Amino acid sequence: MTFESSGLADRKLRAVDLAAERGERRLFEHLHFSLSPGQLLQVSGRNGSGKTSLLRILSGLSRATEGDVFWGEERIQSIDGGTGSCLGYLGHHNALKEDLTAEENILIAVRLGGGSPDRDSALSMLERLGLAGYEDLPTRFLSQGQKRRVALARLLLQRRPLMILDEPYAALDVQVIDVLRSSIEDHLAQRGMIVITTHQSVDIDGDCHSLHLG
Amino acid sequence: MFRSLFALLRRDLTLALRRPQDALTVVGFFVVVVALFPLGIGPDPEFLRNLAPGVLWVAALLAVMLSLERLFSDDYRDGTLEQMLLVPEPLGLLVLTKTFAHWLITGLPLVLISPLLAVQLNLRADEIVMLMLALLLGTPILSLIGSIGAALTLGLRGGGVLIALLILPLYAPPLILGAGAVDAVMHGASAQAHLSLLGAMMVFALFATPWATAAAVRIMLD
Repeated sequence: MTFESSGLADRKLRAVDLAAERGERRLFEHLHFSLSPGQLLQVSGRNGSGKTSLLRILSGLSRATEGDVFWGEERIQSIDGGTGSCLGYLGHHNALKEDLTAEENILIAVRLGGGSPDRDSALSMLERLGLAGYEDLPTRFLSQGQKRRVALARLLLQRRPLMILDEPYAALDVQVIDVLRSSIEDHLAQRGMIVITTHQSVDIDGDCHSLHLG
Repeated sequence: MFRSLFALLRRDLTLALRRPQDALTVVGFFVVVVALFPLGIGPDPEFLRNLAPGVLWVAALLAVMLSLERLFSDDYRDGTLEQMLLVPEPLGLLVLTKTFAHWLITGLPLVLISPLLAVQLNLRADEIVMLMLALLLGTPILSLIGSIGAALTLGLRGGGVLIALLILPLYAPPLILGAGAVDAVMHGASAQAHLSLLGAMMVFALFATPWATAAAVRIMLD
């Protein structure tokens, strides 16, 4: 399955002359890159070099001090329906409601995104990430790593052409890292795009590019 | 579109049901504040009756204000508000839906319990009906205006006090009109002007505030 249905598929993501500031300090400037369908971009750099700021700018959550981000020929700010219609973002927060169960969290997120919730695929995704048996527990009873997995399951089920992952490996154990890697490879094989930051080196089979900040 | 808005409404109501103490504190606060007045100013029924509209309205708007801080702060802290910016629907509508849920959880219970407190303050039946009607039109205004303050104070320390300073002055018009409506009935006059103005204010708030709140949320999350 590819992403043709959204009408936003097979477009390049381009950053043109990006610059960002945090509290008067220049994080980066004159940043150019482009990402085509089927490619992965790994952003690396020291702590505080602006990785998260770059990811937030790419996802349209923050505005760049200078420069623009384009999705195809369109600026991401002017995409019909907002940037959320073409990308999924997983930041430092897992964005889970502690009083809801893992399954409820995922189904609500899918419904909010305008998709029709499919209980079976939610359950099989949770099982794939090693959470079988935990789907009926309120997420406040889950460990940090398990919460991260629920958040990943939600992101993978949203099926957006571009996935933006900020430190997805934090708190995950080795088995889940393997599952995540194969999910990423699947996504790339289906002509999806991925932007990722991580301190670990995780070798992924596919068209990988890297960008060093700072 | 309605499917995602309905999902959000259902989520907020489910969360409120799983944590009923949040809604109950607001109602409890309203009841206790109103119950304290007779103790402070004496049991003269006629005097209490004259004060009742003002007392009930001030208590209601303080109770609503008390609950405002939680309107966005929980979602802000766990990151779901950030994800809401990425939902492919206009943020104004999502914010409006959240505000509606907030009203269902806090404003509506206040309207429903107000007759009980009105009896305690010696209001007559027709005055009680008017009080409920005015609160029914007025409490949504309180939630809508309050949502701007709640969004502007996201992530700030001591946000609760700041909301009070920002929002209470804006609560003056609904307070004057709402209490005035009950006063008018009490003195045998028509309350139609008060109600019409309250209704107009609610419609205006319904269209204007969600966009202001959405802009504030975007700025605070940047």
